[in-house]
Amino acid sequence: MDVLGTLQKLALESGFAGFFMDGGWKNLVMIIIAFVLLYLGIVKKFEPLLLCGIAFGCLLSNLSYFISLGGDNAMYHPEMWAEFLDATSPYYHSYGHIMQNCGLLDFFYIGVKAGIYPSLIFMGVGAMTDFGPLLSNPKSLLLGAAAQLGVFVAFFGAIALGFTGPQAASIGIIGGADGPTAIYLTTKLAPELLGPIAIAAYSYMALIPLIQPPLMKLCTTDEMRKVKMEQTREVTKTEKIIFPIVVASFVILLLPSTAPLIGCLMLGNLFRETGVTDRLSDTAQNALMNIVTIFLATSVGATMTAQTFLSLQTIYIIVLGLVAFGISTVGGLIGGVAMYYGSGKKVNPLIGSAGVSAVPMAARVSQDVGKKYNKTNYLLMHAMGPNVAGVIGSAIAAGFLLSVFG
Amino acid sequence: MDLVNISLGTGAAVGLLGYCVVFIGLILLMLVVMALAKYFINKAKKESEAVPVKTAPAAEPTAAPAPKAPGSAGEIKLYDTDPRDAAMIMAIVADTMGKPINELRFKSIKEVKE
Repeated sequence: MDVLGTLQKLALESGFAGFFMDGGWKNLVMIIIAFVLLYLGIVKKFEPLLLCGIAFGCLLSNLSYFISLGGDNAMYHPEMWAEFLDATSPYYHSYGHIMQNCGLLDFFYIGVKAGIYPSLIFMGVGAMTDFGPLLSNPKSLLLGAAAQLGVFVAFFGAIALGFTGPQAASIGIIGGADGPTAIYLTTKLAPELLGPIAIAAYSYMALIPLIQPPLMKLCTTDEMRKVKMEQTREVTKTEKIIFPIVVASFVILLLPSTAPLIGCLMLGNLFRETGVTDRLSDTAQNALMNIVTIFLATSVGATMTAQTFLSLQTIYIIVLGLVAFGISTVGGLIGGVAMYYGSGKKVNPLIGSAGVSAVPMAARVSQDVGKKYNKTNYLLMHAMGPNVAGVIGSAIAAGFLLSVFG
Repeated sequence: MDLVNISLGTGAAVGLLGYCVVFIGLILLMLVVMALAKYFINKAKKESEAVPVKTAPAAEPTAAPAPKAPGSAGEIKLYDTDPRDAAMIMAIVADTMGKPINELRFKSIKEVKE
């Protein structure tokens, strides 16, 4: 037996040999990025439920590059998805081809590609959301609209930086501060940017307590921040049941492209409010949400291959994402200031920043900053109105961009 | 119009239009929600107004005598007991138990003859 020959063969077939092969170092860099993301998720607790899955998906996908060198053991095949999107390829939009040749992560990714996971996540979000504060103060919807400013400013910025229309739309939606919406839109318009956009969206959502307070201070005065808001009216059970039915019917008829997101969001909320579907509500907000989060995060992470992630575009996306977040916050605050004057100084403009739809983190930031300036101030419930309005607002913004560029 | 490689001017127009669409969509939704709220507030107001109207005529005739305990409001049965003695017994029981008399229900008071 040729011991040396066998050892040499084993070494050449191992994944480690790939480090020294053509382009192997790039995947090594991606593996290091995956470790950094795991650190941020586990140690720094930046959206750990998603970031851990995304980082591990990235790790598996890039390890898969090395293991596939010794045979077709890859868990994710970017080249197969490129064929799937190529109109000239015989496998254009062929799920059959994917299913026949896919690895585990390709299989998970089908749910993202078909828009299933973001919609199911929205169902869970709906089941967890109490729209009562919005119903008791419907003017909150204006703040939810104002806080979408960053989406369209970042969209314009991306166009200025040379991105295509669909890519710019996907980058802009980061400003909506809504992960599932960003993933949904990007999958439809610019799937090649899914990895960096998902990372930017979820990282900035985790950084909201750091990003928003300086902007809140910049856009409001001490007097404004001290305003104590009156308690809003109590909302009846019937109103809460009718609300999701009305919103789903109205918004879907207005912008049909929002149907999967708004439809699932409102179905989840209906489960919560009816009082006769508690088991479904519980499943939507716990078991289903957790299962879908695992698949969504892992498969989105899998798209972070060296070929798509290690580029100047990623840096642009990270910067534009931050700009989008910041401007959306400023947009909400400007709306809040307008309402402060419009209401005869009865509205605390700090609730405007909660119009970005990161629920409930943005509302908590409004509460914390408000309480810092007036110890007797409780803005949380007032801020929840614009916060949940932001979810609907970002879905409408995504629907608009999808109908223009889809 | 080429919507893939779009110019800055078109990009600005799409951005502005998009922001307006979001605003219009949410303003319309706000109006719908306000109309719903108005309906429910009016309904609640009507219901709260209707409740005292129903009880008012019934309350007037009983207003003259002093309020009675639920058990004593025409339900208590007295066997060989003077009403004054019954009132006194009920007051003593309430005082001994440390409970307001209107929270006690007396079914009957009977003189036990030995």
